[in-house]
Amino acid sequence: MTVNELAAKCSLNPVAVPDGEKEVEGGYAGDLLSWVMGRARENCAWITIMSNINIVAVASLADIGCIILAEGVTADENVIATANEKGVNILSTQMTAYETAVAIGKLI
Amino acid sequence: MNESLTFHFDVDGTDFTSAGQASANVKRSLRQLGLAPDIIRQVSIAMYEGEINMVIHAGGGEADVTVFEDKIEIVLKDHGPGIKDIDLAMQEGYSTATDTVRSLGFGAGMGLPNMKRYTDEMHIETEVGKGTTIKMYVNLTD
Repeated sequence: MTVNELAAKCSLNPVAVPDGEKEVEGGYAGDLLSWVMGRARENCAWITIMSNINIVAVASLADIGCIILAEGVTADENVIATANEKGVNILSTQMTAYETAVAIGKLI
Repeated sequence: MNESLTFHFDVDGTDFTSAGQASANVKRSLRQLGLAPDIIRQVSIAMYEGEINMVIHAGGGEADVTVFEDKIEIVLKDHGPGIKDIDLAMQEGYSTATDTVRSLGFGAGMGLPNMKRYTDEMHIETEVGKGTTIKMYVNLTD
């Protein structure tokens, strides 16, 4: 399933979607960046409430499929600009991290 | 490819927002060389963890990456405080990072373990008060 399809089916808001046709496989939830680097699989949907600029670097270097900011968390303009520049997809939702995981777990 | 390719970077120790630039540059270069995606991912993650460590603990440092025919070498050198107890530092979850660093999502105590996890070989030379040099190797052949 592509990032665009996932966003549409789970009603996730596009925050920065420079590569919406990227395929997403599986998911990961966590806010400790090194933990994510160590455990998240490539091309996964990463659910987090962390929204600082470093999430873009982590997602880019670890080949994350898309970041999903849960619990109504928003991203600053510089985070959005950097994500677009680096080709990192970011979606957002008002759902909790758990609800988000349940929703995407039914699809991918 | 008989001649090895080298990349050198100075890692800025003052700015968390720019941390990862050296790793991103290496990743881009390795892609241009046409290396396998999983190899590139291993190198990128190991190097980013090292880069973050240099920013958190050592006020920056230097990174040198060399692409040999059969392996990639990553050398990270800093003049920070050194590591007092390497065995402890290698334990998942052990960290000396400050609360500020932790609030950014770092300091989970997974940096060195991740560097070891994603490389085939890792050597740490450290002296308290002098600094730390970490050499990591990722094999290009089985």
